Amino acid sequence: MRYTEEHEWLRVEDDLVVVGISEHASTQLGDVVFVDLPEPGTEVAKDDEVVVIESVKAASDILAPLDGEIVEVNETLADNPGLVNDDPTGDAWFFKMKVEDLSALDELMDEAAYKKFIG
Amino acid sequence: MGMAELERTALYQLHLDLGAKMVPFAGYDMPVQYPMGVMKEHLHTRAHAGLFDVSHMGQVILRPKSGNLADAALALESLVPVDIAGLKEGRQRYAMFTNDDGGILDDLMVANRGDHLFVVVNAACKAADIAHMRKHLGDRCDIEEITDRALLALQGPSAEAVMAEIAPQTAAMRFMDAAAFPSKFGELWVSRSGYSGEDGFEVSVANEQAAALARVLLEMEGVAPIGLGARDSLRLEAGLCLYGSDLDETTSPVEADLTWAIQKVRRTGGEREGRFPGAARILSELETGPKRLRIGLLPEGRAPMRAGTDLFAGETDEKPVGQITSGAFGPLIERPMSMGYVEANHGVTGTRLWGEVRGKRLPATVSDMPFRPATYKR
Repeated sequence: MRYTEEHEWLRVEDDLVVVGISEHASTQLGDVVFVDLPEPGTEVAKDDEVVVIESVKAASDILAPLDGEIVEVNETLADNPGLVNDDPTGDAWFFKMKVEDLSALDELMDEAAYKKFIG
Repeated sequence: MGMAELERTALYQLHLDLGAKMVPFAGYDMPVQYPMGVMKEHLHTRAHAGLFDVSHMGQVILRPKSGNLADAALALESLVPVDIAGLKEGRQRYAMFTNDDGGILDDLMVANRGDHLFVVVNAACKAADIAHMRKHLGDRCDIEEITDRALLALQGPSAEAVMAEIAPQTAAMRFMDAAAFPSKFGELWVSRSGYSGEDGFEVSVANEQAAALARVLLEMEGVAPIGLGARDSLRLEAGLCLYGSDLDETTSPVEADLTWAIQKVRRTGGEREGRFPGAARILSELETGPKRLRIGLLPEGRAPMRAGTDLFAGETDEKPVGQITSGAFGPLIERPMSMGYVEANHGVTGTRLWGEVRGKRLPATVSDMPFRPATYKR
């Protein structure tokens, strides 16, 4: 698992990058009540706003961690946004994306570096 | 305002001990949530009982210089469009200070406590409210800001049984009764009221006894500490206005759909008609209807429509007909809910409007409030 400074996690499954938010981020957000997901097939550039998470407190943007194409989104979250709090690093992934070069992940933080990052 | 300048209530240390997340609010360092979290705190209050620290609010005593309470009541009537002279001893009533343009300076609670009026005002407005009362009522009333007492709210279906353990006489109170009772924690000034849509109490207690009282309440079955986050979603689900969001110096009580708070005796043809600031506008709006109206709104989807969202009559209309002033997810009704203002002809219950959320027009239906019926013990 790799992490961004925006508190997203990335893992590779079947040559696709699966993206979600960290346990730390989900705790900070508070109870999630709505997740606005992109359309599959959307081409995105790094730092594009691709997902909006509405918690009981406010709306937060999730940015594309890399350049690529969104190929699948987690429709479960439409009916069960609370999953983001219950299982942020497991079932509550947001989208899967196809990227040119999987080695770009190597530049991101690993678990130990992320733990240090959030203090 | 820097963190160092924030004021603390008598329960500050208790909030820290309970693991609260503290935020600046109206000049105070206040708990926005406890480890339970906003959603569970909200549902807990509706199912059992929630304890809120509302000590940041202003507590003010108005004593008539003449010794005759009617003089204080009539004096206060010069600042509010509400029947205060007709408020019976031991009863409390909702009111609002209006300005000369008929806008709302603050909303407040007024209780007749026999030889004085007890007034509770919003934290953010209290300095201005007290100055306003001193300026206009100072010749007829002694105005005393109570700074040595905390204010707790105990809200929810278990509140009656819990409060009876502290002061048994409170169980016989009805909604909007107000009285003082002796207790192990000194004299308590209790009203059967609150701002959650639940049955419950607001309890004024001496600062030095407040934390002890709160700790005893929290040890009782079903009582959990509740922060400002859930206080906001509870009041919105109950259709209650938040001053500064849903009410301000430009909104009249008629636009705000608070006409129920303006008794007949203060209206045109009433015995004490008018003679409050902004009476010309407010009385005329009562006759002919306001231009805009506060409404409840239920978004059709799951996306919350928050404060500032523009409202349109049609999916492609260019000109908005109103704006949302409060919006959140309703934990009990399990859907998003909003309130806002629209041009009055678009405010009819059942009307479909469109809110613009992140550039997308999403449908929402004008709805009666409260979104969740109140459970007051009348």
